[in-house]
This record gives sequence, structure tokens and C-alpha cells, in this order.
Amino acid sequence: MISFDNVSKRYPGGHDGISNITLEIDPGEMVFLTGHSGAGKSTMLRLIALLERSTGGQLRVGGRNLTRLKRSQIPFHRREVGMIFQDHRLLSDRTVFDNVAMPLIVAGLGHNEVSRRVRAALDKVGLLKRERAYPITLSGGEQQRVGIARAVVSRPPVVLADEPTGNLDSELSQEIMTLFESFNQVGVTLLIATHDLGLVRRLGRRTLLLSNGKLIQDNRAVYADA
Amino acid sequence: MRESSPRKSSARVSSRRQINLKIWLTRHLQVALSSLGRVVRAPFSSLMTICVIGIALALPAGLHLMLDNVQVLSGSWDGAASISIYMEERVSDEQTAELAKRLQLESGISGASVVTRQQALREFRELSGFSEVLSTLEENPLPAVIVVKPDDALSDPQQAQALADKLTAMEGVDFAQLDLQWVTRFHAITEIADRFVWVVASLLGLAVILIIVNTIRLEIQNRHAEIEISKLIGATDSFIRRPFLYSGAWYGLFGGLISWLLVTLSLRLLDAPVARLAGLYQSDFILSGMDFSTFSLLIGCGSLLGLAGSWIAVGRHLHSIEPS
Ligand SMILES: Nc1ncnc2c1ncn2[C@@H]1O[C@H](COP(=O)(O)OP(=O)(O)OP(=O)(O)O)[C@@H](O)[C@H]1O
Ligand SMILES: [Mg+2]
Repeated sequence: MISFDNVSKRYPGGHDGISNITLEIDPGEMVFLTGHSGAGKSTMLRLIALLERSTGGQLRVGGRNLTRLKRSQIPFHRREVGMIFQDHRLLSDRTVFDNVAMPLIVAGLGHNEVSRRVRAALDKVGLLKRERAYPITLSGGEQQRVGIARAVVSRPPVVLADEPTGNLDSELSQEIMTLFESFNQVGVTLLIATHDLGLVRRLGRRTLLLSNGKLIQDNRAVYADA
Repeated sequence: MRESSPRKSSARVSSRRQINLKIWLTRHLQVALSSLGRVVRAPFSSLMTICVIGIALALPAGLHLMLDNVQVLSGSWDGAASISIYMEERVSDEQTAELAKRLQLESGISGASVVTRQQALREFRELSGFSEVLSTLEENPLPAVIVVKPDDALSDPQQAQALADKLTAMEGVDFAQLDLQWVTRFHAITEIADRFVWVVASLLGLAVILIIVNTIRLEIQNRHAEIEISKLIGATDSFIRRPFLYSGAWYGLFGGLISWLLVTLSLRLLDAPVARLAGLYQSDFILSGMDFSTFSLLIGCGSLLGLAGSWIAVGRHLHSIEPS
């Protein structure tokens, strides 16, 4: 599903975000990405969602070669990758419903289809009753769940999450991980960057460890520890 | 069953295409309306922009209208450009009157009046103040004159000249003179004025574009977050561009309406003095307002300028916003 072949990202200043990363994530996998601050976790996710372009190697997502993708094709790639941010990135002047509807509107879906899917996504994250609320009136955990609903509302095959539980207490974090697992159960490929090693260990999924932009550990056998 | 299936599937495709078209149209309508909503919801700043555009458009529109009116007026004067036929001395007053009567029936001539030699002399005496000198003359030196009014249809100076030439060639006519010089001059002046209006219109059209560029640029800045997130979730450039293009067009359209209002009000203000002036000339001339085609042109130009301005603004500023 996601395949890095010797991928590097050098930022304009000459700083390396990641260097020479090679790895393969199969369809339907749920993978954690860990490493110290500045290790390159966000950079990896941003390359996959084409928020940033790689500067070396070959990167493929769902059979699409991102290295060769034309600028005009980028939006269509982004629609197939749901992205969740630590700071939610919600629009404060729009209701929960409108925030979640954005990817569908962008994709040009009809009105009825939009309402149906938005309600389904909000129901999934348990916020159906707050659809008319504005993001500021929600708690951090609720805002995060709105962000998650927005990322999955168009049913993308790949979902990326950048520290989705960064500011949340462990109970809320667990709740969100449970949500991710339920997406994974219906075949969504997930890649989750996180500092929360306890959580990672508890869930016992494949874990990638980055350090200074390099992949230093790809722990597929972590199940055994769980 | 099998034979009918291609037709069925093609029907399905075309109905799906219809649905897509419908969705596409609804989307555009929604974007247009929500852009309109945004313009209306910020009444103060929008009104500023719209009024500036309105004033900028009103000036050339008003000038154009005045020029039109002047041309209508000059058109009626063109028709009145008269031809004076100077008769030969040997022709009697009766023969002159006879000729005038015949000329009246000719096509291209709407009227012919005779100034006999005596009348001419009397007028000349009264007007010139040379009565002493004239009375010493034994014979009346002035010829009889027939003043011919060409038809209204004959407003083209060249045709009028042709008529004058024809009249000169007639029996008993010394020569026929077309009093055209001022008409030609007047045409030349209105042509210059016409150019001037175009220059003013182009400059102010440019000003409108710049106003819109600036307004839309600010709007893009204000909606930075929204643009960024839209790009983040896969909005195409045209999707992001669309609401701004509609906003620009709305500004232009409302600016056009304001300019129409300004021009119409100004004309109302001019009505009374113009009527007074026309009265002095025994004319029932009234200023004509903007006709529908000019109105549509004004609104259309406004919208197009708005669209052009927002296109420029969007082209310059949208690419600089990238999700981070
Ligand atoms: N836009 C940028 N321009 C230049 N350098 C950048 C840019 N973004 C990230 N970097 C650098 O790339 C390296 C990797 O950054 P990245 O954001 O991927 O780290 P991270 O693992 O997500 O860290 P954190 O856990 O703090 O979020 C860092 O050294 C960072 O300074
Ligand atoms: Mg990061």
C-alpha cells in the first residue's frame, strides 16, 4: 500500500527531514511511527500525503508513484489519504457538520450523499449530537474526534495521524486508538505517529522507530510482547 | 434481454451524466450564492468597494450617454443643414417661386422657401446698417435665394453635397451652396470626444480591475486558513479559485448597478436645465436615459472587469498558500 524505496527529504535550508528510508506497508496494516522529536515522523507522513515532495528515491502509495505525479494530480491523491493533525486543523467559523463535510464537498458529492456520510462519520466518532456546534465549544478530545471524522468521511484507503493523542489523557487516547482499530478492521491502512510508547506497546502493532531521519528499527514482532 | 442491454447502459450513462451536470450546476449556484452572501454580510467594506467601482464606471458611462445625446441633437441639426440656391439675375420672382414649388416635391428635399430680391434687400438693410449706401445704388445687387431643407434621411454630408451639386446644374440657378462647414467641424469634435470617452473608459476600467484585485487579495488573506485546509483535503485549484471569481463578478455587477443609479440620478438633475435651454431654441429636445442594451453592457462590463480582477488576484496569491 505504501512503499518507500530509498526515500529522502531534504528541506530547502539543506536540513534532512528523513534520509534513505526503505520500507513497505501492506494494505490493511496498522503501523505506529515513533522516534524522538525532530526524528522525521511528521516529514514521513507529509510525504505520503504529498504535503511535501520527496527529494530522493521512489515513493508509492496505492500503486501511484508519487515521485512522478504532476502538480495538478496532487489534490486527487490527497483525497485518498485521510490526514489527522495534533492541532486538529478545524475551521473555527464552521460547524462540526460543515467541517466534516469539507472533503466531500471538495470531491463534488451531492447534497444528500454529503449529509448521509457526514452523519455516519459523526456517529462513528460519537459526535452526532454536536453537529451544529462550533469547534471552539468542544473539548480537545471532541475536536480531535471531529478531525478524525473529517479524515475518514470520504472513506480513504489510507489514514495518517500525526500525534493524534498528543494533548489527551490516557483514557481519551485509548478511546481514539479503539476508534482507529475499528477503522483498521474494515480494511483501512493506518500509519500513526506518536510519542506515547506505552500506548504503542499496549496495542502491540508493528512499530517503526526513526532517529535523525533514519529508520533504525522496524519491529514487526512486537505482538509477542503484548 | 441481451440486445437491449447496450441501450440500457447507454441510457444509464447519459442519466448519470445528467445527474453529474445537475450536481455541477447546483455546486456552482451554491458557490455563487455563498459568495453573494459573503459580499452582503460584510456590508461596509463591500459597499466601499462597490461604490468606488460604481463611481469609476459611472464616469465613462455618463460621458458616453452625454455624447450620445449630443449626437442625437446634432443629427437633427444635420437634417436642418440647409442649401442656399442663388438664382441668376435674369430669373423672375415668379419663376423662382415656380422652381421652389417644384423642388418641394423632389425626393430628398423636405422644404423650400423663397427669399425674393426685395426681401433680401430689406433684410440686408435692417441687419447690416448699410442702408445709406444701399439706397444710393440704382439696382438691387442681391440675387433671389431659395433655401432648401434636405430630408432628415439625408444626414450624410456627402449626400447633401451631391444634392447641392445637382441643384447647381439646374436651369436658372447660379450656384447652390451647402452650409456644411460647421457640421463637419462638429462631427470632428464629437469624434475626438468619442475617443476621449474610450480613453477615460479604459483608464477607469483598469482602475476597477485594480480595486477588485486589492479587495480579493484581502479576502484571500482573510480566508487563509480555509484555503489551506481545503488544499490539505484535496481541493483542486479551480475549486478554491471559484468563490473568489464569483465574489469579483458580484462586486463588478453591483458596481455596475451603482453606476447606473448614479448616471440616472445625474440625468434627472440635468433634465430641467436642459429643457430650459432647449426651450430657448424652440426645441422639445429631452435627454434620453440609458437604454436597455447600454444598461446590459454596463452591467456586463462591470462583471467582466470584476472577474478579470479576481482572476489576477487569485492567480497571484493562491499559489503562495500551501498547507504546512
Ligand atoms: N519546513 C521545514 N523546513 C526545514 N526543516 C524542517 C521543516 N520541517 C521539518 N524540518 C526539520 O526536519 C526534521 C524532521 O522534522 P519532523 O517534523 O519530521 O520531526 P518529528 O519527528 O515530527 O518531530 P516532532 O516529534 O517534534 O513532531 C527536523 O530536524 C526539523 O527541524
Ligand atoms: Mg511532528
